[in-house]
Amino acid sequence: MQHIKSRAVPVRIENIDTDQIIPARFLKATSREGFGKNLFRDWRYENDDESQPKKDFALNDARWSGTILVAGKNFGCGSSREHAAWAIKDAGFEVVVSSFFADIFRNNALNNFLLPVQVSEPFLQQIFEAVEADPTTELAVDLPAQTITITSTATSEGFDINPYKKTCLINGYDDIDYLINMMPEIAAFEANSAAH
Amino acid sequence: MGKTLFDKIWESHVVKTIEGGPSVLYIDRHFIHEVTSPQAFNGLKKRGMPVFRPQQVVATADHNVPTLNQELPIREELSRKQVDMLVKNCAEFGIELYGLGHPYQGIVHVIGPELGVTQPGMTIVCGDSHTSTHGAFGTIAFGIGTSEVEMVLTTQCLLQSRPKLMRINVEGELNQGVLSKDIILYIISLLSASGATGYFVEYAGSAIRSLSMEGRMTICNMSIEMGARGGLIAPDETTYNYMKGREFAPAGEVWEKALAYWRTLHTDDDAVFDLEININAADIEPMVTYGTNPGMGIGVSKNIPAQASLPENERGNFAKALQYMGLMDGQPIKGQPVDYVFIGSCTNSRIEDLRLVAEFVRGKQKAENVEVWIVPGSKQVEQAARAEGLDQVFEAAGFMLRQPGCSACLGMNEDKIPAGKYCISTSNRNFEGRQGPNARTLLASPLTAAVAAVTGFVGDIREFI
Repeated sequence: MQHIKSRAVPVRIENIDTDQIIPARFLKATSREGFGKNLFRDWRYENDDESQPKKDFALNDARWSGTILVAGKNFGCGSSREHAAWAIKDAGFEVVVSSFFADIFRNNALNNFLLPVQVSEPFLQQIFEAVEADPTTELAVDLPAQTITITSTATSEGFDINPYKKTCLINGYDDIDYLINMMPEIAAFEANSAAH
Repeated sequence: MGKTLFDKIWESHVVKTIEGGPSVLYIDRHFIHEVTSPQAFNGLKKRGMPVFRPQQVVATADHNVPTLNQELPIREELSRKQVDMLVKNCAEFGIELYGLGHPYQGIVHVIGPELGVTQPGMTIVCGDSHTSTHGAFGTIAFGIGTSEVEMVLTTQCLLQSRPKLMRINVEGELNQGVLSKDIILYIISLLSASGATGYFVEYAGSAIRSLSMEGRMTICNMSIEMGARGGLIAPDETTYNYMKGREFAPAGEVWEKALAYWRTLHTDDDAVFDLEININAADIEPMVTYGTNPGMGIGVSKNIPAQASLPENERGNFAKALQYMGLMDGQPIKGQPVDYVFIGSCTNSRIEDLRLVAEFVRGKQKAENVEVWIVPGSKQVEQAARAEGLDQVFEAAGFMLRQPGCSACLGMNEDKIPAGKYCISTSNRNFEGRQGPNARTLLASPLTAAVAAVTGFVGDIREFI
């Protein structure tokens, strides 16, 4: 994961909690796959019925497409369910843009190579306006340079990411590999702690 | 410069810090449950790894279990499979399971403390955001995702960046009828649902010190509802008195040694926080939420804010929340009719909560159009309630005493609130659909819920004292 250029799907709602992203009744699966079809389930369908899509919800609106999800501040708050990140990823998204992410969601996203891009509130509003005015507007995310650009206007903003996590994303490493390599040190730490 | 309680625990658990990156944090206790663990065990199997320290892991089934007829096989196939998988995984990897039918079964954040597994100074994680509950004992406890569950099962460690630190001081005496649930709902209403994101919160002050362990757990439990990674309270005599003699608490000489260490676990006088907030306990009244996040709460005597009084950029989300709730801006919350009363969840399902409710309803009857569910947090709580005769009080009042589990807190198991219905709930989240599709949740304390149970309306407990 280094450069992503795509149209965006705008969900102009704040405080989107993980119960909205994937309601608890869909957490009964024991594998990581297949959660995408229930992404935003209760905002997508009337009466929990797939034959009754809510037309005004962005994911049901044919104008919007692409692999970048743009949402209001405090995205991913609430439950720690990693199923939320799995659902977004499974639905085809690679990047989520918001002006603020909840901590647990941010970690879960990074552990699944789903990139959370945190921008300023004014820049988020610029993205919403550009995408809503012209759905073909593309956003370009440059992970090595840590920038996001609205290509139509060439306006950019930088974003922060932990340097360790950045290396992991670019190289496809995950934390488990890192920790497994550390197991002798972990065992030594345990022995030392027990001695005190 | 002195150290904070958080830093004392954190520093003693850092195995190593990656330059410019996170720390490798050692985890003392890991709680697991059926919903967020199966994919983690699949990961272990795929790598051919064992669980590194199975004796530091405790499992229970809580989220996806029925709260009636637990002695029968679970009817719903997917739920049954998920719970069965936990049983299989625990057997295969050598993990102690307090599953359905076990006398220690219950909500993971209720059983850890009641068994004495949760102890001051520990690092504790669970694939559940309300793991912050355990912070009431002076622990660093926080919720994690399933990939992180896999990391802890595999290596007993996590990669974590040190959060910023906030201290919230609640000083003074609480008003009558005000419970710890009201304190935390009040704090969240001040800070908002995202106001503590990036922080770990220490709760301090005389009003916090005066609380029982049950009350402290309620406070720490809801830290996540303002975005905090976790919350903690320094251990003291209340903590030690609660712990002494519990099944897995240290005993004898080990207890004395542990106690000497625990007494060092407090924030030094000259320690500095990134943010400090002072609250006057006397300003807090019984709280009720009216919206779709836990920050949308008001004192029971107040009106829902007028939309025009809010900043323009907040009005859209506010209107969306009120439309979902079927409430009007500017209306009083007192007098709002309710259909269901749910007393349970990891926030308020402990014996103290049930005692308070029973004491209030003794000799009273539930309102005719209201359904009341009392869901104890654990088998032990259920047993204590029965031993004390609380079951008879509830039965006489027309309340239903169910079996332990997360129940109607999260709309996952059989216990759901029907669409459009109002439920006053002692749980922690009022998100859209949290208690079932289109269900409408009003969060409140067990006493405020009890008032609604007997009157059928949101009411002010202070008028009944």
